Amino acid sequence: MSSELAFYVHIPYCVRRCGYCDFNTYTPSELAISSDLSGVSRSYIDLLIQEIELARATSDATVVPTIFFGGGTPTLMEPVDLGRVISAIGDRFELAPNAEITTEANPDTVTPAKLEQLRAAGINRISFGMQSAATHVLAALDRTHNPDNVRAAVEGTRAAGFDEVSVDLIYGAPGESLSDWEQTLDSALSLPISHISAYALIVEQGTKLGAQVKRGEVVMPDDDETADKYVLADKKFLAAGFDWYELSNWSKPGSQCRHNMAYWNGDNWWGAGPGAHSHIDGRRFWNVKHPNAYKEKMASTGNPMHEQEILDPHAIKSEATMLQIRLREGISSDGLGAEVSTKLRGYVDGGFLDPIAWKGGRVVLTRAGRLIADRIVREILF
Amino acid sequence: MPAIPLAKAPQPAATNPAQIRNFCIIAHIDHGKSTLADRMLGITEVVEQRNMRAQYLDRMDIERERGITIKSQAVRLPWRSGIDGQEYVLNMIDTPGHVDFTYEVSRSLAACEGAVLLVDCAQGIEAQTLANLYLAMENNLTIIPVLNKIDLPAAQPEKFATELAKLIGCEPEDVLRVSGKTGAGVVELLDQIVAQIPAPVGDPAAPTRALIFDSVYDSYRGVVTYVRVVDGKLTPRDQIQMFSTGVRHEALEVGVISPEPVVAKGLGVGEVGYVITGVKDVRQSRVGDTITMYNNPAKVALAGYKDPRPMVFSGLFPLDGADFPLLREALDKLQLNDAALVYEPESSAALGFGFRCGFLGLLHMEIVRERLERESNLSLISTAPNVVYNVTSGDGKEIVVTNPSEYPDGKIEKVEEPIVRATVLAPSEFIGTIMELCQERRGVLLGMDYLSEDRVEIRYTLPLAEIVFDFFDQLKSRTRGYASLDYEPIGVAEADLVKVDILLQGEKVDAFSAIVHKDKAYAYGTMMTGKLRELIPRQQFEIPIQAAIGGRIIARESIRAIRKDVLAKCYGGDISRKRKLLEKQKEGKKRMKMVGRVEVPQEAFVAALTTDADIDKAKAKAKE
Repeated sequence: MSSELAFYVHIPYCVRRCGYCDFNTYTPSELAISSDLSGVSRSYIDLLIQEIELARATSDATVVPTIFFGGGTPTLMEPVDLGRVISAIGDRFELAPNAEITTEANPDTVTPAKLEQLRAAGINRISFGMQSAATHVLAALDRTHNPDNVRAAVEGTRAAGFDEVSVDLIYGAPGESLSDWEQTLDSALSLPISHISAYALIVEQGTKLGAQVKRGEVVMPDDDETADKYVLADKKFLAAGFDWYELSNWSKPGSQCRHNMAYWNGDNWWGAGPGAHSHIDGRRFWNVKHPNAYKEKMASTGNPMHEQEILDPHAIKSEATMLQIRLREGISSDGLGAEVSTKLRGYVDGGFLDPIAWKGGRVVLTRAGRLIADRIVREILF
Repeated sequence: MPAIPLAKAPQPAATNPAQIRNFCIIAHIDHGKSTLADRMLGITEVVEQRNMRAQYLDRMDIERERGITIKSQAVRLPWRSGIDGQEYVLNMIDTPGHVDFTYEVSRSLAACEGAVLLVDCAQGIEAQTLANLYLAMENNLTIIPVLNKIDLPAAQPEKFATELAKLIGCEPEDVLRVSGKTGAGVVELLDQIVAQIPAPVGDPAAPTRALIFDSVYDSYRGVVTYVRVVDGKLTPRDQIQMFSTGVRHEALEVGVISPEPVVAKGLGVGEVGYVITGVKDVRQSRVGDTITMYNNPAKVALAGYKDPRPMVFSGLFPLDGADFPLLREALDKLQLNDAALVYEPESSAALGFGFRCGFLGLLHMEIVRERLERESNLSLISTAPNVVYNVTSGDGKEIVVTNPSEYPDGKIEKVEEPIVRATVLAPSEFIGTIMELCQERRGVLLGMDYLSEDRVEIRYTLPLAEIVFDFFDQLKSRTRGYASLDYEPIGVAEADLVKVDILLQGEKVDAFSAIVHKDKAYAYGTMMTGKLRELIPRQQFEIPIQAAIGGRIIARESIRAIRKDVLAKCYGGDISRKRKLLEKQKEGKKRMKMVGRVEVPQEAFVAALTTDADIDKAKAKAKE
């Protein structure tokens, strides 16, 4: 099978939890440990290295094309500890010569010194959680960073020698106006970056924001307004030389995130750390969620897996359609069947699918089509 | 001891008519008839204490739950009078208590010489009870007025005794007072039934004539036919004949109910019991028909036989199209026990295959639907009920319309609709409210009488279609539940009616078409288009919703195109979750019906066809 294996490395720690976040992350107080995570860092990294050993034993892949540190807040770890992980992977697999090694970063917690250390540890791509340039929107999102820090942080990465820098933006937060969003877009586009992700805020159950919405304390903007924001972002990005390559991702030419592409193309990857998901040759499996459970499971069995799912050919096809239609290349219209083709023809006529691509045998979403991608997926799949 | 052991009591086929008393109990739904009947079973000791259960005579679950009696039964109760010390046989004939079953009530009454008029002495008489009382008077029955629930703190026996006395023309002190719950006064009531109600009279030597007053399908025995022998006698092995059809059957078994079936040697003049012939369908043994002997038929049938005539029609469709054969089977089975139910297959572009069903009235409709769902485990959508219209089209052709889809297009010469005479009984403080409601529903006041100082009887003619819509629910809510309603069909009248169609993206949705009065067309149109706008999810194109009379649009709404239907994020850990969400949505999509290009969720059909009152009812039910 494939000889490549991408690595996702989960760092399940944050200094505090943001109101909209449902990620698998924990604060020191939640874990009842001292607020200094440096002690945790060392022993946690040891566990990750154990899991990398497990990956080596499980997968017959030889080459690692990408590594992605996500969280949580990976930059809470000592850069040298992230470097230990990279070395552990490099020792057991062959790191591709042009390997993309990304870490997510909080603009508040990086200093020029830290950026240099990250670069020295082998990281070559940084993704900042910028979210918004408007303070009241950041407040609504329960984010603490100062928007001015973003510029300093991004410029710092350039100084430290990073070529690939991305920012994450969130739109559709309560209280965000269209002009707030425009200001955020302009601010992001004025930074020396090569990549942007922009997500419509999803209200997740079990988050502080979810509870506020449920209680009626916070009113979410309606979907039409959120759609307007997507349209505005796509236009502005395009004008600034950032092309969409996935529904919520834009980049300068050649600066697509290759790690994320692996997810969407159905490649093999290993997710290390609590709650991380892996995919190897049609098998999806994921680890126990809580860091303590992860630690115990690693100690007792040497394998942190919680559950797994073997995908049948039908599920593989569904997933491929669902993921790849979100990409710039779209999917092939071969073998869709007459009924589906007739339905999709209606979407071409309605301006939701690219007519030229359609003639060339591809199903490619237009801007309006990207906004109703899930509906089109349902048309294709059932 | 006034009770007589069954074995020692006068036996069927050997009971002198002079010892027989046939009576029924006329009462409103919750005025305690079943409790009183239970008490009579206990006091006459036909049911042992340990076997007693509430509402002993109401066989079907649905009856017990709703506290109403749909099918009547007859119970033979031996009784030694406390007045003359003689032995008697009392036949208690249970009658259905609702307006839809007036004909069945009238046949039960025809089997009796007397009636106990039972009224809750905290509530007073209700409209249906009054209607049944009038029926009993027309049948020359002896009426024994009785106030029930005298144990209640809210009882007002003086007030309601005066009301009853005025209605039937007796003295207030003649009104008996009982409590079915405690048993107080029930022995006296049994004695008064013997004393006041005349014994049946008939000719034992004449050719047999027996009145069928009920006919029940039993899955083990076939049809059990309840009869009252008027002349001659019925014995097992007799070759009997149904007067209306001329069909011959053999009386395989003859018996009495006491209150479990007891096989008997026969039934003589004045006796009440059952006959089993082995037929499998109640339509072969119809309520109101006369049984006679095949070899020695009577010349004249007993009076009063009528074919049941459906008054209200509605389409019933299975939510899952695959259940259509199951629905057919369930209706066939139900019809074995319900001669009034008629149906024929119907297909709707929007709802698929189903049946157009005819019912005696709204309650009948509700009961049928509930039994179909409960007994055959079906989920059904029913279209809005409508009445029967006589339509004369421009070219002079006359059509009977039982379904809006049959309503002719083009010029209409004349439309006639059924009219009822409605009687409302209510506290006088609601006179204004009730008149306002009747006026809104095209009613014409016939008259008004005070039953007592603060209770009135208001009589109106009303189109049946208005009652079928939501009149009863409105009446109940506007009078805080105090008003009661009865109605009887009195013919047809010409009216200014139109058919309103509902169009989705220009496509007519047959299930939403309705025949309404011209003045209400706009209200129906805006109500329906407004409802659908809320119920149909946004789609990738704009959906106009229109209400139209013929080619003329009278109301319009539109559903804006959806702009956003996508989840922004989809990374490694989201993939399984997202695929499972899709699979779930697939189930939802299966429940979509296509109207042209528009996907309409089944729930939208159900909700659009449901009135607010239905929703309240469903809520109340959920709370129980």
